[in-house]
Amino acid sequence: MAEQTASTKTVKFIITRQDSPDAAAYVEEFELPYRPGMNVISALMEIQRNPKNAKGEKVAPVCWESNCLEEVCGACSMVINGKPRQACAALIDKLEQPIRVQPMRTFPVVRDLIIDRSRMFNALKRVKAWIPIDGTYDLGPGPRMPEKKRQWAYELSKCMTCGVCLEACPNVNDKTDFIGPAAISQVRLFNAHPTGEMNADERLDALMDDGGIEGCGNSQNCVRSCPKGIPLTTSIAEINKQTTKHLFKKWLSV
Amino acid sequence: MNGYSSRKLHSLLGVIPLGLFFIEHALTNFGAFEGGPERFNAGVKLLNDLPLIYVLEWVLIYLPLLYHGIFGLYIAYQAKPNNGRFQYSRNWRYLFQRITGVITFVYIVWHLYETRIQVMLGNVTHEELGGVMHNIMTQPGLFVLYLIGVVSASFHFANGLWSFLVSWGITVGPRAQRVSSYVCMTLFVVVALLFVLSMVAFRRAEFQEATVLLDTVKSVFS
Repeated sequence: MAEQTASTKTVKFIITRQDSPDAAAYVEEFELPYRPGMNVISALMEIQRNPKNAKGEKVAPVCWESNCLEEVCGACSMVINGKPRQACAALIDKLEQPIRVQPMRTFPVVRDLIIDRSRMFNALKRVKAWIPIDGTYDLGPGPRMPEKKRQWAYELSKCMTCGVCLEACPNVNDKTDFIGPAAISQVRLFNAHPTGEMNADERLDALMDDGGIEGCGNSQNCVRSCPKGIPLTTSIAEINKQTTKHLFKKWLSV
Repeated sequence: MNGYSSRKLHSLLGVIPLGLFFIEHALTNFGAFEGGPERFNAGVKLLNDLPLIYVLEWVLIYLPLLYHGIFGLYIAYQAKPNNGRFQYSRNWRYLFQRITGVITFVYIVWHLYETRIQVMLGNVTHEELGGVMHNIMTQPGLFVLYLIGVVSASFHFANGLWSFLVSWGITVGPRAQRVSSYVCMTLFVVVALLFVLSMVAFRRAEFQEATVLLDTVKSVFS
């Protein structure tokens, strides 16, 4: 049966590891028994169960981050065969071997494949990616959102802050302070909301500050890489339009 | 001026006035291909007869060129190209935009030195520029350098126009951006052709005149 033929088959991994944030990175190879339907996370779990490298030496298990295992939480982003993506959705059967796994180096590496995505959450705070509804009394229901608008806005709301678009962007690096595509798309989402729209200018002002939307260089890798298929470049162009209008409005009204 | 305004100004100056002047330059040069020295010189004269020509040159060409060029070098420096990992056509154009930008800046400085600055120094007159170009274009090495320069400049202009339309929020959706890609890349080919044809035209014998002054120019470069 299939299990018997599969038992002799192995999967080869080349993993870039790092013991601590300041330690030097090194490469370690692993060879695991193949199981049908396995993905990169289940392979990492296998290494955790039996932490031996390809030479048979016992090593510290590879560290990684993951939660939902269904590509909605954004925690298990890593570079797999050169492309940043969610490890839980990276099926071994569809990957070329040996499978090279690296951390997303655009972010500070904590250990092995664990990265620190704080900058993305700080970016969301900076652009006020929320809808203020609190008052000292019940403010009542807000204006309704047209169904047609809700449909495309829903696509933007799928963003899971995974960081893949920042990793794919040639303008997010240590020489720039570019905020990255994700937060810009969130500004479009919250500025589209009928209640969120009431604070639209604050979000645009945040993106018109240093390191804001001007950092985009139109390489458009983000939209090709987004695991959720979010139209990031449409969001960027739309926010370009909104900031341009906002700029002229500000100039001409003082 | 914060990052947003300075980058926005960089984008604007690339199209207005620099892009417009670039088109104008292509047309004046193409006069050489279409009607020989008389037509070319008429084009040069037309421009130089504009009132306030020195003010226009500084405000519409030199200052925007310096700003766009120097700030552009900084933008190119900030890029961390990843074309090995992401071999998409848009990503290649991102890289080429920066490479051709640097080439174009160096080329323009050199080209200005050979033409406008020589006029300013009194080594040649505007009427003799056709002869200067003839002298440059008949040297194969310089012809190739000019070819690289004008093709780079044409790409940088046309692809920059595409980015300009995105950066100012004019082409928003993917279809609009795709159509503007076709338009801009056609523009690249057309403008590059105009320049290359005029370069070929300058090689004709009819542009070989004022040899005495050409020798002066030669002595400058030798």
